[in-house]
Amino acid sequence: MKDVKTPPSAEGRGDTVSRRSLLGAALAAVTLAPGITLYAGPAAAAADGAKRWGLLIDTTRCDSGCSACVTACGAEHGWSDAGRARPDQAPQWVRKVDVRDPATGRTASLPIMCQHCAKPPCVDVCPTGASFKRADGIVLVDRHICIGCRYCMMACPYKARSFVHEPVTGQRPGSPRGMGTVEACNLCVTRVDAGGRPVCVDACAGAGRSAILFGDLDDPGSAISRRIREVAPARIRDDLRLDTGVYYQGI
Amino acid sequence: MTGVRTLLIALGLAAAAVTGVLAAGEGTAPSPAFRQWPGECVADAPFMRRNHMDLLKHQRDDTVHGGIRPANHSLNACVTCHAVKGDDGHPVTVADSRHFCRTCHDTTAVRVDCFSCHTSTPGVAK
Repeated sequence: MKDVKTPPSAEGRGDTVSRRSLLGAALAAVTLAPGITLYAGPAAAAADGAKRWGLLIDTTRCDSGCSACVTACGAEHGWSDAGRARPDQAPQWVRKVDVRDPATGRTASLPIMCQHCAKPPCVDVCPTGASFKRADGIVLVDRHICIGCRYCMMACPYKARSFVHEPVTGQRPGSPRGMGTVEACNLCVTRVDAGGRPVCVDACAGAGRSAILFGDLDDPGSAISRRIREVAPARIRDDLRLDTGVYYQGI
Repeated sequence: MTGVRTLLIALGLAAAAVTGVLAAGEGTAPSPAFRQWPGECVADAPFMRRNHMDLLKHQRDDTVHGGIRPANHSLNACVTCHAVKGDDGHPVTVADSRHFCRTCHDTTAVRVDCFSCHTSTPGVAK
């Protein structure tokens, strides 16, 4: 058994099932259902440390009257239609904010969601490790170990996270969410893992604006990296040096 | 003395009978729904009965932290395959006692926490 390779993630998690029994399960699964393997190869590991996913939002194309991205996000993740006792506790995975420069009077409208910081303060303060950053830069809440203390909500300078106060039913299959845990934009991690784009990007394009660009910030040849070099976009509260993954052009 | 001996023998027989019942009970399926389930699971039923929670937990950490999403040990795959249709022809939620997970969990009095966040009915995962 010593030279049998087990998946690296089986280590150090305190799993009660032994490696031997897991291996037995793999063999059993293969015997029972040919063609189905228990563990896919390394290609299945979607969180790739060589990538860093990010967004570039062109605020010159974004209009204060349009909230297609917010609507699409709510429908995709099932947070918009929740009736609740207190509207001020409504979840906000993404929201539209209108800003105005007092010096020039210039206005802009922009969607604000989790900025997927490279140095996320929500991860720093989380007492259980539930708030974490994936290898590819996506900042997530592991609701299995979230205790609902909401320190991360206090630490986030962008007010990106919200707390689920009431019982939830009828969740979307790819988007579990439940009472007593914190939630935020997950950059549509299920879609991204499947090779897709976040739903807000598609919704913005569908609304005829194409203001949101999604891509790999670590790839100098990607469309988003080229645009960032070209237009020198800003990042919100860049003075905090959190190295956010969401860029805004035209503010 | 005879009385005491008779009592001891009676107690011994009773204990043997109880043990026999327990032994017989251990080998049988915990619920009719489980026994009659058509089709094949990712592993055989006795293994799944004992280890499904470990498979799910192992898969859960891989998926949330590593983005590894194979189909066969996901909770979505479980509730999709094991969906029980209600009177209206739609799959019942975990609020219904006929729900596949509940049939056993009610019997064994083990609270299942999965569905406080996850949906308990099949759907197209996105």
